[in-house]
Amino acid sequence: MRPAEFEYHESRTVEEALSFLQLRGDEGVKVLAGGLSLVPMMKLRLAQPAHLVDITKIPTLSYIEESGNGGLRIGALTTYAAVSGSELVQKRCPILAEVTGILGDPQIRNVGTIGGNISNADPASDIGPMALALDVEMGIAGPQGRRTVKAADFYVDLFTTALDAGELLVEIVIPPLPSQTGFSYTKLNQRRADMGIVNAFSSVTLDGDIVKDVKVTVGAVAATPVRALQTEKILKGNVLTDELIVEAANAAADGIKPETDVHATAEYRTEMVKVLVKRTLTQAVKRAR
Amino acid sequence: MKKTITMTVNGQIMKAEVEPRTLLIDCLRDQLGLSGAKVGCVVGKCGACTIILNGLTVKSCMMFAVQADGAEIMTIEGLAGDGELHPMQQAFTDKSAVQCGFCTSGMVLTATQLAKDHPNASEEEIKDAIGGHICRCTGYVAIVDAIKEGCKRMSEQQG
Ligand SMILES: Cc1cc2nc3c(=O)[nH]c(=O)nc-3n(C[C@H](O)[C@H](O)[C@H](O)COP(=O)(O)OP(=O)(O)OC[C@H]3O[C@@H](n4cnc5c(N)ncnc54)[C@H](O)[C@@H]3O)c2cc1C
Ligand code: FES
Ligand code: FES
Repeated sequence: MRPAEFEYHESRTVEEALSFLQLRGDEGVKVLAGGLSLVPMMKLRLAQPAHLVDITKIPTLSYIEESGNGGLRIGALTTYAAVSGSELVQKRCPILAEVTGILGDPQIRNVGTIGGNISNADPASDIGPMALALDVEMGIAGPQGRRTVKAADFYVDLFTTALDAGELLVEIVIPPLPSQTGFSYTKLNQRRADMGIVNAFSSVTLDGDIVKDVKVTVGAVAATPVRALQTEKILKGNVLTDELIVEAANAAADGIKPETDVHATAEYRTEMVKVLVKRTLTQAVKRAR
Repeated sequence: MKKTITMTVNGQIMKAEVEPRTLLIDCLRDQLGLSGAKVGCVVGKCGACTIILNGLTVKSCMMFAVQADGAEIMTIEGLAGDGELHPMQQAFTDKSAVQCGFCTSGMVLTATQLAKDHPNASEEEIKDAIGGHICRCTGYVAIVDAIKEGCKRMSEQQG
């Protein structure tokens, strides 16, 4: 359980990191952020990069700022603890503070980075369903300059993103949140520090008793976080009732084909999707009112 | 290629020559002789390897020693004063929160951090704080009691 040999490159600027990645633009190079996903993979020798580019000493990658239009810009290297403890995040996007505040355990939150989580694209990540539902944009730096990719296009497959080997995720942009909207996230796990067996996120915008807009996303049931489109369709434009929430939550399992693994069977996951979506919808509605 | 790193560990400047792949926990235990932090799971789940790095609790099995070049580190060995246990250590002893002791060094460090941030931590906050630690002996009840007591003693000491 110890990693294979590699060459270590400490970078102090984004440009320096990019040049290291350029020089070794192949499978033999990996970016090191919090290391919480990468280091275990290296110990198991499931990852054996010849070169590691440490980005944790780049001061300009760790920040939380307001964006002009009322949203937030967060540097990729910002830790979960810094995000959840930020007054600006608590004010502008309380659900983000909530999710990063319950993720893992205190030592994980002190080290793990929001950019590392998103780049890693673990299907059970707590950030994935939220990023998809909030339409978060990823700021990417590469040899050709900057580009942005929306969450819906960023998560490509299991542990696979739109990032090219020579690119760095540098910023996460959260658009301004709509008003009269409630957000809710929940995960099902055995120990409180574990990743979810199923994760669900709901965002509900109300106009009186009518559902003006709704987004529901689920994690840990497919290769990437997915939207529960049928659930959204049942709710959108309709008068909210308890029965409608149940009907919509049950529809979240339509079209989802989760896997059976050591944590849970596919059948159990399918049932739990309905339960968790119902819980998040109910809480989001309460918060929207 | 080996690299020489310099760290301030428990107030003392220490140097070590490490390969990039050397984990920080292995450097502390095998090269610097500080065996208070333990190796349990090596995958970040048990918390036995917890240390305080630049003021924050971290699991030292999850990072490379080269990354700690220039860092300030505190391990359990740095906690007690001259021949006297730290109030949190004393509370663990008094409340019989130690059985085999393997989880204790990490638990105590996490508990001292909690006491600094939340001197009046509730039972729920204590449970959340030790969420990254596994104890295979005590069943946690005595540990939660000890942390409650330790927080109280630490804030009394500060006056
Ligand atoms: C005990 C434990 C409990 C955990 N619990 C949870 C949990 O409850 N919920 C949850 O969501 N996660 C959990 N995690 C995973 C954790 O959140 C990781 O921090 C996260 O998956 C990866 O972030 P990192 O900063 O550690 O990245 P790293 O491990 O350093 O990197 C992960 C991957 O992303 C790449 N990468 C990192 N940063 C960038 C970047 N800026 N640009 C391009 N590529 C990059 C790396 O090359 C690597 O392939 C847990 C991990 C552990 C060990
Ligand atoms: S040995 Fe580091 S967390 Fe278990
Ligand atoms: S006292 Fe033995 S593991 Fe906690």
